[in-house]
Amino acid sequence: MNILWLQSAGCGGCTMSLLCAESPNVFDLFTAAGLEFLWHPSFSEASGAQVRHLLASIEAGEQELDILCVEGSIVHGPKGTGRYHMLAGTGRSMLDWVQSLAPKAKHVVAVGTCATYGGVTSAGDNPSDATGVQYEGRHSGAALPSHFRSQSGLPVINISGCPIHPDWVTETLMLLASDSLGADDLDSFARPRFYTDNLVHHACTKNEFYEYKASAEELSQMGCMMEHLGCVGTQAVGDCNIRLWNGEGSCTRAGYPCISCTSPEFEEPGHGFTETPKFAGIPVGLPTDMPKAWFMALASLSKRATPDRVARNAAADRIVVPPTVKSRKND
Amino acid sequence: MTDATTLLVGPFNRVEGDLEIRLEVREGRVSAAYANSPLFRGFESILQGKSPIDALTITPRICGICSISQSMAAAQALADLAGKTPSPEGAKVAQLLHMIENASDHLMHFNMFFMPDFARAVYADRPWWDQVLTRFTAAKGSALKRAVEARAGLMHVTGLLGGKWPHTLAIQPGGVTRAPSVRDKVRISADLAAFRAYLEEVVFGGPLEQFAELATIVQLSGWTGGDVALFLAISDDLALDSSGCGEKRYLSFGAYPGPNGPLFKRGTLVDGTSSQLVPEQIVEEITHSWMLGQDAHPSRGMTRPDEDMREDAYSWCKAPRLAGETFETGALARQAIDDHPLAVALAAEGSVRARVIGRLLELARTQIEMERLLASIDPRAAFMRHVRIPDDGEGVGMVEAARGALGHWVRVEGGVITSYQIIAPTTWNFSPRDGRGVPGPVEAALVGAEVRDGEETPVSVQHIVRSFDPCMVCTVH
Repeated sequence: MNILWLQSAGCGGCTMSLLCAESPNVFDLFTAAGLEFLWHPSFSEASGAQVRHLLASIEAGEQELDILCVEGSIVHGPKGTGRYHMLAGTGRSMLDWVQSLAPKAKHVVAVGTCATYGGVTSAGDNPSDATGVQYEGRHSGAALPSHFRSQSGLPVINISGCPIHPDWVTETLMLLASDSLGADDLDSFARPRFYTDNLVHHACTKNEFYEYKASAEELSQMGCMMEHLGCVGTQAVGDCNIRLWNGEGSCTRAGYPCISCTSPEFEEPGHGFTETPKFAGIPVGLPTDMPKAWFMALASLSKRATPDRVARNAAADRIVVPPTVKSRKND
Repeated sequence: MTDATTLLVGPFNRVEGDLEIRLEVREGRVSAAYANSPLFRGFESILQGKSPIDALTITPRICGICSISQSMAAAQALADLAGKTPSPEGAKVAQLLHMIENASDHLMHFNMFFMPDFARAVYADRPWWDQVLTRFTAAKGSALKRAVEARAGLMHVTGLLGGKWPHTLAIQPGGVTRAPSVRDKVRISADLAAFRAYLEEVVFGGPLEQFAELATIVQLSGWTGGDVALFLAISDDLALDSSGCGEKRYLSFGAYPGPNGPLFKRGTLVDGTSSQLVPEQIVEEITHSWMLGQDAHPSRGMTRPDEDMREDAYSWCKAPRLAGETFETGALARQAIDDHPLAVALAAEGSVRARVIGRLLELARTQIEMERLLASIDPRAAFMRHVRIPDDGEGVGMVEAARGALGHWVRVEGGVITSYQIIAPTTWNFSPRDGRGVPGPVEAALVGAEVRDGEETPVSVQHIVRSFDPCMVCTVH
C-alpha cells in the first residue's frame, strides 16, 4: 500500500517518535509490510515542484492513494480561512488540501492527538482555531464531517497520543496493509483498540503504592501520583506501561504523572497538569469502572493497612526499605 | 540585464516543519530570497493565563525535534523566576538528556535531511554518486538505516531517565523527577558505548578524539574516514566551501551550564572578533512579519497575529536582531564561539561545508562530554530540590538547542502567566527582512546560489537551506 503523509499544524514529534521504532527499524518494517511512501515530508527525496505535481495527480485521480496520514491539527483561522497554515508552495491551506485529498484515499489515518482531536495546538484560547481531522475535542465533526467515511468505509482512524508510540502507528498501518482492521477494532473515539483497551495504570510500577494509597507528595518521590500529583493513569487509555517507550521508559516510570495524552481535550484538564483536583480532600477523578463508594471504602481501609516499607518508600526518591525475604535456611 | 524570474519553492521537505522560499533569479543566480514560515499556532497566546508550572507540559510540545531544549528553557526560566537553581546532580541528568537530544538531532540532520540530496539524478555523472546512492538514498540508504538504529538505541537513555522522547516532563526547575541508580548508570554507559562504536565505525571512520582535535582546514581535508570523508569529497567537487556563505556574525547563548559557566561558551563572534553577549540588545522586529504591535525586547514583546496578512509582510516569523544586526546561530556558531580552532576557521568561511562540519565536530565533542558527564553523576545524591514558583515576577531561560540559541522570557502576575515570549534558533536564522529591509541570515546566504536551466526547485538552494538545519515548527511556535 502507498502512503501520503502530510504534516499539518503540529510539532512534528509524532514522526520523530516514529523514527524510534525498533526491531526492525522503521524503514525495513514498512518495506517488509509492503508499505511505501508516495511522499513523507521528513523521509522523501522529492521537494517543491515534484511534490506539487504528485498532489495534483492524486487530486485528479491519476494517482491512487491507499493511506492518507495526517500529523498535526488542522487550523481553521484566521476567520475560517485556514490561512494560518498554507501548504508551502501551493497557495492553498492545509485545511483545503485535507478536505480535497481525504475522499480520494482508501484509508485516512490521523496521527497524534493534534491530528485526532486538536491536542495542544487547540489549548488555551485556541489562537489558530485548531481542530483534529474528524474531531474537535470530544465532538465528532471537524475538518471532515462526522459522517465522513474513507473509501474503505471506515471513519478517520485516530492514533492519538502526544506523541504516539511508534508501534501504535506501525502496527495500525501493518493491520491496514493486511486488511485486518475493521470498524469493531476501533473504540468509541475511533482509536485502534489494540492499544486503547488497556489503561496506563496496567503494569504501572507504582501499583503497590496505588493499592495502599501510599502517595507521593512531590515530584521525584516514588509513591503513587494519583492523590496529589495529577496522575490519571487509572483513567487514561494506552498500553504505555506494558509495551514501554524508548527501551524501558514510561511517564510514570520516569516519576511524572500520566496526563492522559491519548484522550480528547487532555490539553485542558481544568487544573494544573501536575496537581490533583479534590473535593473535601478526596480526588475528583476516580479510576475507570470503579464504583465511588467501593473506592472510598477500599482506599480508607488500604491506607490504614499500608506496610511500613511501602509508606517509607513512597516518600523517598529511591527504594529505602527492600521487601522482606524469607530467612536463609542455614542461619 | 535580463529580467528576474520568480520561483516559489515549497513544500520544502527534509527540514523540520513548513517552509516556503520565494526566489528572484537573474542570469542563473539567485538575486533575492524571501523565507516564509507559513504556519502559525500561537503558543505564546496559549500560555497566557496558565499556571507557570504548566509551561513545562506545554512548551516541549512546540517542537517534536527540540522538545528537550524547550523543556530546558522553560525549567530554567521558572527557576530564574523563583531565584533558585536545580540540585547539582539533577542538573547533570537534565543536561545529559539535553545532550542526547542534540546529538541525535545532529546525526539525523546529516543522514536523513542533508545527505540524500546528493543521491539525486542530477549528480549521476559525479564520481561519488554510486556510493551516495547506496548509502544515502532517501528512506532506503544503508547509512540512513544504520543511523536510525543507532539513534533509537541512544534514545534508550531518554526512555530510562525521561520516560519517553519527545515530550518528557522529567525536567523541572528543581532538577529531575527520577533519581538514577548506580545500575542505571552502567546501563546508560553501555548505551553510550554502543553509540560511540557506531559513530567511530560509520560516521567518522576513526577515533572521535582525533576528529575533535583537528585544528585547521588543511587537517580536516586530510580526514579519510567514514561518511565524513565522503561528504568532504562531495564538498570539494561541488565547492560547498564557497556556497551559501553567510554574513559571519555568530551568536551563542552558551550550552550546558555548569558550576564554572557553560561547557560551550556564551558570546558573539563578528568577522572573527569575539564579544560578550548583551541580551538586553535583542529586539524582535515585525515590519515584514504578519504581526501587530511594536518591535520589542522579548521581555516586553507581544504576539498578535495580523489576521489580514498584510501585503508588505510575508512570514509569521518575527525578525530578531542583536544590536540591530542579523546573527546566525547553531553548532558552527557554538563551536567557533567556544574557540575551537577548526570551527573558528570554518566560521570565517561561513559556507555550507562549514555548517555541516561544525555540526559533526560538535557531535564528536558531545559524545565525549556525555561520557564524562555520566561518570561524574553521583547516584547517592538528591536529584530534585523543592522550588516554589512565586505568584509574581519575571524569569529568563537561555539555552542552546541543536540548531542554536533558544530563549524563553516569562512574566507571572497573580499566579498566572501574563507574558511568555520565545525566540527559537530558526527565528534568528530564517527571519524575514527587518525595518531597514535587511534580509535574514538564510535569505542573505541564498543570494548568488546557482539555478540551473529548467530547475523549479534548485538543488543548490536545497543544499544551502538544509545546511542551516532549520526547525520551522520552533520558528513561529
